[in-house]
Amino acid sequence: MVDIAFGPEPGKRPDASGANARYLEMLRRKRMYGGIMMVFFVALMAAGWLTAEERNAGDFWSGLPQVIDFPAEVLTEAWMNRANIAGYAWEHFPALIETINIAAVATLIGALAAMALSLLATRGLARWPRLIPVFRRTMDALRAIPEIVIALMLIYIFGGGPVPAVIAIALHTGGALGKLFSEVAENADTKPIEGLASVGANWSQRMWFGVIPQVAPNWLSYALLRFEINVRASAILGFVGEGGIGHDLKVAMQWGQGRYDQVVAIFLLLFVTIVVIDQISDHFRHKLVKGH
Amino acid sequence: MTMTLTDPALGETTLQRLRHKRRIALAIPAAIIAYLVYAAISFDIGGLVQRARFDNAAILLSDFWSHKTHVTRENRSGEVTVAIEGEGKGTYPTGMLPEWVTMENGVTTIDLGDGHVVTYDDVGARYLVPGYGLIDIRSEGGRPVMTAPEPVPDWISVSPNRIGVTTDAGRFSFSRSKVETFKYQAGWELWFFTLDSPFYGKSFTELVGLATVGDRIDANRSNIASMVNDFWTNRMWRHADVAWAIFETILMAFLGTFAAAIVALPLSFVAARNFMPLGIFRGAIRRIFDFVRGVDGLIWTIILSRAFGPGPMTGAIAIAITDAGSFGKTFSEALENIDDKQVEGIRSTGANAVQRARFGVMPQLMPVILAQVLYYLESNTRSATVIGAIVGGGIGLLLTQAIQTQKDWEEVAYYMVLIVLMVMLMDSFSGWLRRKLIKGE
Repeated sequence: MVDIAFGPEPGKRPDASGANARYLEMLRRKRMYGGIMMVFFVALMAAGWLTAEERNAGDFWSGLPQVIDFPAEVLTEAWMNRANIAGYAWEHFPALIETINIAAVATLIGALAAMALSLLATRGLARWPRLIPVFRRTMDALRAIPEIVIALMLIYIFGGGPVPAVIAIALHTGGALGKLFSEVAENADTKPIEGLASVGANWSQRMWFGVIPQVAPNWLSYALLRFEINVRASAILGFVGEGGIGHDLKVAMQWGQGRYDQVVAIFLLLFVTIVVIDQISDHFRHKLVKGH
Repeated sequence: MTMTLTDPALGETTLQRLRHKRRIALAIPAAIIAYLVYAAISFDIGGLVQRARFDNAAILLSDFWSHKTHVTRENRSGEVTVAIEGEGKGTYPTGMLPEWVTMENGVTTIDLGDGHVVTYDDVGARYLVPGYGLIDIRSEGGRPVMTAPEPVPDWISVSPNRIGVTTDAGRFSFSRSKVETFKYQAGWELWFFTLDSPFYGKSFTELVGLATVGDRIDANRSNIASMVNDFWTNRMWRHADVAWAIFETILMAFLGTFAAAIVALPLSFVAARNFMPLGIFRGAIRRIFDFVRGVDGLIWTIILSRAFGPGPMTGAIAIAITDAGSFGKTFSEALENIDDKQVEGIRSTGANAVQRARFGVMPQLMPVILAQVLYYLESNTRSATVIGAIVGGGIGLLLTQAIQTQKDWEEVAYYMVLIVLMVMLMDSFSGWLRRKLIKGE
């Protein structure tokens, strides 16, 4: 039996003596590598921060006490005019709705595109298996382009308004969700698909009745998470480009002193919205993924 | 085949359920369509199509792959300049002209190709359009006066002070102050060398020859060093600045992500139920995480750029603060899900709390941390582009500047390509590192 386990030649048997010493040596080597990695990482971080600080307009230590200054100034002024805040919040409410609408429409369109792209790019489900790499690279490219690039170019063509933001966010969403959707679809059970194929269902019927019901909860969960992210993205795009609550915030900030009550009102609106959407989507995602 | 049901009521309820499901299956798409219609109305899609500037789109697309050269004559001084994209940086120095422009005895001849020829002289300018005829413009009392075959087609625009001609070969305009001709050519001109470089206009084989066996153009350094220097300091495309901007963007993402992880890790122990029995601390830290995440990167960026001024450090701190919240949440959730048996085992050997955390908890937590950090590193490269546009650092700033001038679209295209490559590179790098570190070397 021993010969079967260790081979016929006696020389090939592992040397059991000194295992302890060798284990300790291995441990030492591992620790040394770990230590070197640690030193390298710390050096990299330090060098990085120093470079970043050097290129910055203000330096870290003189700026640090001022971090509080601006919020404090804003809050004191807003507190003096606290009676106006509710009015301003109401005034900017339509802009908030626009921001949420941009995010919602972009998520919807992006998710629909992602559904198609992901099914076409998943091994075992694809309509044209040879084209899988094409669809994958398409999704990669869509994911890689930051929203702001598309949005600013479309603003040049369309002028301001929400549509450039919608298209920009939808394109990005299509790529990002497509990847996640495809990972879910890869794990789908193929038996229902085979069953449908045996009764003569075509590709779209097989997907619609065989795959979608299986993956719907996970897909919905990812789409909700994406909606959360897109609300933030839509606010940021408004700040850089045009439209929505982000733009209002920028305009109010540019007025500077005297309008800080407005800044606080917009900020509160945005903060409350983000937290509420976070909570709602968290709740539903838990239900979708764990509720079955 | 007939189906027998033991319980007729069961059949009824099944059918009812099916009908209910079918109603839902129809109601959801209907609701989505209704919402999209509402959105289309509120976004004013109809007005948008009317307001859209498709001529801008054409300019944008043609700039993406081509460049134009301006040949301009000031009518008062009679001075002729040839400049790529009409920029000072792209102006041909005196004595140097592209081969399609000739200047002799005060007569400038511009060959736009396909038989289109424009001539400037003392009396005015002429444009010979094949298949149409000669458009002759002379300046009389400061105003341009045109003689052209009748009827005048719609690609010639005539107004008292300006005459413009647009053909497939190029654009021509004559106004009181100057005559201009634009010639469009494919490619990004001057990408390698600007006009003042001795290497401009050389073919690839010529360049290789110069770099290897040719005589030194500048006696003090080798040709290859001059080439690298001329390329790197290219004033039109600013390769050195762009490379630095890309580096700055990646630096922001790197510093922000790792600083966030370092800050969030110890705090997440306080926020995890199995490590912090005191609910007050736990709740406080969790609320801080929620607050930091909820305030959003945009607001942090604004606040921080007031304190630290614009620059990459501000961007890195903004990323760090926002992500510390997200990391804190996921890390503490991961901590709550770890297996207690390992910790117990370590405890049985008499280890203290720090040792238990190091040897019992960290090995279980590490894969989660690494996966999260690397995922965020990739996505923060993209965010750093946007944050850079707000705080004024990195490729984001260059990109927004190029877009806002609304004419250097070839630079916009260049930066876009670079950004996409950068993000894809970071994506595959973080994926490679994740496989290497988590799934074992």
